[in-house]
Amino acid sequence: MSLPQILFLVVGVITLGAAVAVVTSRNVLHSAFLLALTFFGVAVLYVLLDTPYLAAAQVLVYIGAISVLIIFAIMLSRKVAAPDLVQRNSQWLLSLIVAVLLFGVLAYLTLQTAWPAAKQALGVDAIGGLGEAFVGTYALPFEVVSVVLLVALVGAIIIARER
Amino acid sequence: MQVLDDLWIRIAVWFRGLLESFLPPWAVQLTMDVLGILLLIVLGIVVVLAFTYMERKVIARVGDRIGPNRAGPFGIFQAIADAIKMLTKEDVTPTNADRWLFLAAPIVVIIPAVLLYAVLPLGRGMVGVDLNIAVVFVVAMGGIPILTMLMAGWASNNKYALLGAFRTVAQLISYEVPMVVALLTVVLLAGTMSTVGIVEAQASFPFALVTPVAFVVYMLAGLAELNRTPFDLLEADSEIVAGYFIEYSGMKFAMFFLAEYINLFMVAGMITTLFLAGWQWPILPSWLWFLIKVVLVIFLMMWIRATFPRFRIDQMLGFAWKALVPLSLINLFLVALVAKVLEPGWVRTGVLFVSNLALLAGAIAIMAQVARKREERARAAGEAAIKRYYGSEVR
Repeated sequence: MSLPQILFLVVGVITLGAAVAVVTSRNVLHSAFLLALTFFGVAVLYVLLDTPYLAAAQVLVYIGAISVLIIFAIMLSRKVAAPDLVQRNSQWLLSLIVAVLLFGVLAYLTLQTAWPAAKQALGVDAIGGLGEAFVGTYALPFEVVSVVLLVALVGAIIIARER
Repeated sequence: MQVLDDLWIRIAVWFRGLLESFLPPWAVQLTMDVLGILLLIVLGIVVVLAFTYMERKVIARVGDRIGPNRAGPFGIFQAIADAIKMLTKEDVTPTNADRWLFLAAPIVVIIPAVLLYAVLPLGRGMVGVDLNIAVVFVVAMGGIPILTMLMAGWASNNKYALLGAFRTVAQLISYEVPMVVALLTVVLLAGTMSTVGIVEAQASFPFALVTPVAFVVYMLAGLAELNRTPFDLLEADSEIVAGYFIEYSGMKFAMFFLAEYINLFMVAGMITTLFLAGWQWPILPSWLWFLIKVVLVIFLMMWIRATFPRFRIDQMLGFAWKALVPLSLINLFLVALVAKVLEPGWVRTGVLFVSNLALLAGAIAIMAQVARKREERARAAGEAAIKRYYGSEVR
């Protein structure tokens, strides 16, 4: 076993362990911080797969923005860590079925896919290619997405504004 | 001179040769990598010792005091004495603290700070790793401290700590926007996101001359990211008593302190790399130039700290969103336009320099106008209140 493989296993175990702990933890805030750890583990996996830009974007978006947002939302709500906090409601059976179905579909797809490996390594200037694709081939979808985000931003401000 | 310039690289090559004489190739590579990482961490700690001493001395001189002068000649061992004191202090954990998060926060806070050193070009050919997305990496790592501050603030189970953490998040998220736009301006001019490439692109003109607006915006945003005066609201000793790390003592406190000064060196290093041509400039060895520029930038930050009072939170957020963000965006458009039309050279630099100065002057004029209007309005409101109270004009 080579060094990258050992690293992959270690990081994979940490990521999965953190992901399990997110669900089982009784303290919602602990779950949120463990979720950030899971995101970070995924970012490390991206680094091991030779896609540093994806890793940096993962850290930037998921840890720098989404995790902070989740933690803020939790802190603004009451009863963060009550020991008598019930972890399920009346719909647990339904959600269990949906979760199992989703897992089944994902597992089926994973097993069916052939996973063709790329013949050569990614070029050094992969990030340049990404940029050119954004403002060249996919300029229109890229702009549309940014407009959608802007609309969401303005809409959030209008909804939250005091009258 | 050439020997001095390559001093550290020569030492590394010599050491590698020494290792190769009795170790297999993979062990040589591993030893060199581990040593490189250790060196960067040690650099961080040395930096902390040096700059805490410098900070105390500079602030003391500005305040017409002497500063530390007991431990060793000119008090240079003061930092070491402080470090030993820190290590021997009692390590207190509040009873109602969240034990695991309380323990994790000071450990997590140091990791992104040290990781950032990897992309800092310390001299010609002296960089931990020449990442072609170094700028994105720096921005991404800058987002992690927000999480650790929330972690420390909440786990302490203390109102002041939580208030400090909330203030931090508002501040860091707001100032990240103008910072990234200023970074984007530099990336546009250099045509690369690698820190090494950005330094090489400044062979003829440092970007501080090409686009002073981006330099000023980045400097201010950097001060805010470092939580230094005038943006030190989350520590604000007189209001919330040191903010999010109020409950930490001993070595755990030292970790926050360490991270703060490692980040100070990092931000000064980024300013040097992005705007002051990094290790470039003639005569002196490259690594010495880098160090001189970093120390000058840090001195400027200490000077600012010793001179200016603290912002109020509404002023601080208003300054970020109403002044820095529009200014940096206009500058980005300006630079993109000029860089597209004109070829690199004296003319382009001159045009950009003059237009940037005009932009800066315009922004300051508008801000002064707004401030004057606001002051007039406040005075009128005050006079009206006095009139209401006394029923007539006050002589």
